[in-house]
Amino acid sequence: MRSHRNKRFTFSNSLLIIGLLFLYLPMIIMIIYSFNESRLVTVWAGFSTKWYGELFADTQLLQAIGMSLEIAFWSSCMAVVLGTMAAFVMTRYRRFRGKTAFSSMITAPLVMPDVITGLSLLLLFVAMANTIGWPAERGMLTIWIAHVTFCAAYATVVISSRLREVDRSIEEAAMDLGATPFKTFFQITLPGIAPALAAGWLLSFTLSLDDLVIASFVSGPGATTLPMVVFSSVRLGISPKINALATLIILAVSLAAFITWWFMRRQETRRLQMINIKDYEADQMQLSYEPSADQTNTRRVTSTINVTPPKNCHSSDKHKTAI
Amino acid sequence: MFNPGSSKDQPILQIQSVSKQFDDSLAVDHVSLDIPKGEIFALLGASGSGKSTLLRMLAGFEKPTSGRIILNGQDITHLPPYERPINMMFQSYALFPHMTVEQNIAYGLKQDKLPKETIGQKVHEMLQLVDMSQFARRKPHQLSGGQRQRVALARSLAKQPKLLLLDEPMGALDKKLRTRMQLELVDIIEKVGVTCLMVTHDQEEAMTMAHRIAIMDAGWIVQVGSPTDIYETPNSRMAAEFIGSINMFEGRITQDEADHVVIESHLLNAPVRIGHGIATALENPDIWVAVRPEKTRVTREKPATDNNWSSGTIDDIAYLGTHSVYYVKLDSGKIIQANMANIERHGDRPTWNDPVYVSWEESSPVVLNS
Repeated sequence: MRSHRNKRFTFSNSLLIIGLLFLYLPMIIMIIYSFNESRLVTVWAGFSTKWYGELFADTQLLQAIGMSLEIAFWSSCMAVVLGTMAAFVMTRYRRFRGKTAFSSMITAPLVMPDVITGLSLLLLFVAMANTIGWPAERGMLTIWIAHVTFCAAYATVVISSRLREVDRSIEEAAMDLGATPFKTFFQITLPGIAPALAAGWLLSFTLSLDDLVIASFVSGPGATTLPMVVFSSVRLGISPKINALATLIILAVSLAAFITWWFMRRQETRRLQMINIKDYEADQMQLSYEPSADQTNTRRVTSTINVTPPKNCHSSDKHKTAI
Repeated sequence: MFNPGSSKDQPILQIQSVSKQFDDSLAVDHVSLDIPKGEIFALLGASGSGKSTLLRMLAGFEKPTSGRIILNGQDITHLPPYERPINMMFQSYALFPHMTVEQNIAYGLKQDKLPKETIGQKVHEMLQLVDMSQFARRKPHQLSGGQRQRVALARSLAKQPKLLLLDEPMGALDKKLRTRMQLELVDIIEKVGVTCLMVTHDQEEAMTMAHRIAIMDAGWIVQVGSPTDIYETPNSRMAAEFIGSINMFEGRITQDEADHVVIESHLLNAPVRIGHGIATALENPDIWVAVRPEKTRVTREKPATDNNWSSGTIDDIAYLGTHSVYYVKLDSGKIIQANMANIERHGDRPTWNDPVYVSWEESSPVVLNS
């Protein structure tokens, strides 16, 4: 009884609560302080939504958000295209010289420190501007290129793991039915890996939106992304506007996560319903097709057993014993 | 002998000395086959025998290292799979998971850029042929195994291929469904009249479905013939042992006459006498004699003849319902199998450790020299 009542305070439950607090307490505090009246972030001076108003009045910040979203959108699109191509080469081509080298080099940006990636790209862009005059100035284009390079690596990993699982015979079936390899890829392979493409796209989007270090290296005077704005304004003294912005971002992310979860759950229940229907019908068919040969057999056996009392069967008599 | 494949037409498919080399192993070794129109032909072999590689070369997924494949008078050796008038039913069925049953069947027709009405009509015909009309709008994952197989068959027949390939057609079905689908599949294929080449490792399946069978081993074709030919007249020990079970005795021909042959074997108490001459004169008198278990009798009484018997004791019995398999240990120590049909419910039959005689008719043994 006692143990039952104390169930809430078991070791694992307290660990769970501590873990959740550790993860979410900072965010909760930040959300609370986003409604703070005071200009000082750490002093509570009553409830107010004025920082939200100021946030939407700050055109520089809004521009940075727009730029970040735009860069993230186009980088993830490009990353998915490149990632699909790389994944296709990695999984579908027969062994060729340097295939392992190619595979590991494609995923190298995953483990490369951002500082190194950023610096090397900056050097490249400077050298290119000096020799061929392109890109003329650093800005959105260079950030986009930089983000594509590392997002493509992540997208490749996600897509190739899915592509490896796709049943090759499905593609062969399409070719067997008269589709050229090109058509097969677009009509059969792509729909099969669509979830992985979406996952790769979302991952790239998040990574691009999140990146501060690489963007700082390769951006120019005209282009500032959201993380850059947030970071620089924090260094000048935190404005409660940032709290308000962070709260809105958290809201957007949780909303997106919730919608995804809801859709997936709905799909799952639908799938389960379908399976139930299918099983039911399959059983019906089975019954109508086979007039239960099994059942008749079993019935006969049981009846004979009922009639004859069990004899003491010796193993060597097995074949003579009358049943 | 029932053999619809033996018509004297020009063969529709000719495989001429086809080989396939993978890195350092020869998967298919100079295989030649002629298949007449309308025949259901089975390639039977264990895994790794090269049968699947041969099938994939016919479909166009693998290029032969050497040799030619001729379909309907046209050399298709170097055509890509999408230009061959050949369709295949895959072992896993390979239905397109994101398309409905209808769309799956229509896919091949759409590649030919046929008008919409024609496609619709053909799909309808195919659905009726395989009795799947009520499932037209289902997705493959909403179908049972047997239904998926029918869709796969309909899809591969929709383009009216000159040759239909079946890769382990019953591989993904459970045993009970198998027997039913085998006959159903043959019915449909014969109704359509398409020439069909199937690959299987299941001898029962090959014998049920095919008009002719080729036994493959290590890239070679060991024997080609009707199920009866292959079972009753195997041409080698490999063929004899591959299909069903068989009792094999080493022996030496002591009399080789036009109307009979006598063979002495140290494994048997009495010589083997075969009631007909053997077709080819043998240079080497050391041969093997083979007798099928169902042609081997087990009796308590000593047979009246001077040959075709041996004595032994019953080592083991397997009761299988329709028949029992007796494992008889001969005096020489060799264990042979004999099947006895359980025609009576409670017959008086020999049992464990009983001394018995095994015997067979003069016409039963087969002489093998390789």
